[in-house]
Amino acid sequence: MNKIVANAEEAIKGVESGMTLMLGGFGLCGIPENCISALVKSGVKDLTCISNNAGVDDFGLGLLLQKKQIKKMISSYVGENDEFERQMLSGELEVDLIPQGSLAERCRAGGAGIPAFFTPAGYGTEVAHGKEVRFFNDKPHILEAALTAPFAFVKAWKGDRFGNLIFKGTARNFNPVMAMAGKITVAEVEIMVEPGELDPNTIHTPGVFVQRIFKGTNYEKRIEQRTVRPKI
Amino acid sequence: MLDKQGIAKRIAQELQNGWYVNLGIGIPTLIANYIPEGIDVVFQSENGILGMGPFPFEGEEDADLINAGKQTITALPGAVIFDSSNSFAMIRGQHVQLTVLGAMEVADNGDIANWKIPGKMVKGMGGAMDLVASADNIIVAMMHTNRKGHSKLLKQCSLPLTGVRCVKKIVTNLAVLDVTDQGFKLIERAPGVSVEEIQAATEGRLIVEGDIPEMQF
Repeated sequence: MNKIVANAEEAIKGVESGMTLMLGGFGLCGIPENCISALVKSGVKDLTCISNNAGVDDFGLGLLLQKKQIKKMISSYVGENDEFERQMLSGELEVDLIPQGSLAERCRAGGAGIPAFFTPAGYGTEVAHGKEVRFFNDKPHILEAALTAPFAFVKAWKGDRFGNLIFKGTARNFNPVMAMAGKITVAEVEIMVEPGELDPNTIHTPGVFVQRIFKGTNYEKRIEQRTVRPKI
Repeated sequence: MLDKQGIAKRIAQELQNGWYVNLGIGIPTLIANYIPEGIDVVFQSENGILGMGPFPFEGEEDADLINAGKQTITALPGAVIFDSSNSFAMIRGQHVQLTVLGAMEVADNGDIANWKIPGKMVKGMGGAMDLVASADNIIVAMMHTNRKGHSKLLKQCSLPLTGVRCVKKIVTNLAVLDVTDQGFKLIERAPGVSVEEIQAATEGRLIVEGDIPEMQF
């Protein structure tokens, strides 16, 4: 079993204009930097991107927005990005905002073979429009459909050629659930190790969910809100 | 009248030993600075950590360790990291005992609006809708009136809702109020604030029963 591809350019082979992509990360934490750069270079257009956030103006998914390669965003929070706001208000960009927990669970369900589920989140709000409502334990819930995508791009700390992944810190976030929901899941890792080096008890994403893996380069890992306390 | 720190300090008095607590962005974040002596709580951040600690010392920031406000944080001994679906399983499954969040409007039936001003601010709801739909105990931390001086405690929210009939308690710069079936029930006054001032700043139904004590710090 060897899922290693040479680089990001190889890893994104098959992505075409008009496709739906999932991209892991929370803010700029744990985003697939190498794959995003390769997608920008490839010039694919009219993408639908499922990602919790939309990056900032000059980093993360903001780079794809700048080049107007994204047609639609499916996200939970898209602040901190002026170009995004401009494209959305002018109608160039279609945006589907969904509650963060529902977004995570919709991806997990997609990867787990569960087509839809009921959740209380969003009941009585505009998120519930057009969705079936059902009461369980006397509480109203809305029906949310699973999400899948032909490609999912995730970023992990360590991985092996089987596609087994370990994430670091809160860079884990949406990456494991999106890895599950991609038909072709591409993992970029900071450190590639030999099979057996990862303790089977501590692997976060089993390699079965990953189709392509490569060692990323030049990680910038930009910090969005640097907050510190003074040394006493 | 309280400032933002005062609101945080008053809400900190609500914390109970052994609770898991999710703090929203803004005033709620400040609560972590005022945990009462002898109270042991664990802070959850919905991007995937339990046991969130204070901001790191300068030079020790880690891009791979942030909170839901995207701020760099630290992890306390006993902390645990998990993915987003597990994080919201904790929230939806009511394993987190208290959620504190800010609001733009709260109605006297417990409805809350805090995510969207049509045509002006469309940043998204993040985890707020999941949090308010599921948490048993929701406290709103906010100023009693908005910048124009209009009440934020209303008969009915005018902005798009985040959740319905979910807010249990509100702590503002003027008062502590419980949300009841009959409307906002005045529990405490901020230092130096009269019942009349609170009545004047509250548009929704306000219940005032007997003498209303001043907050104690």
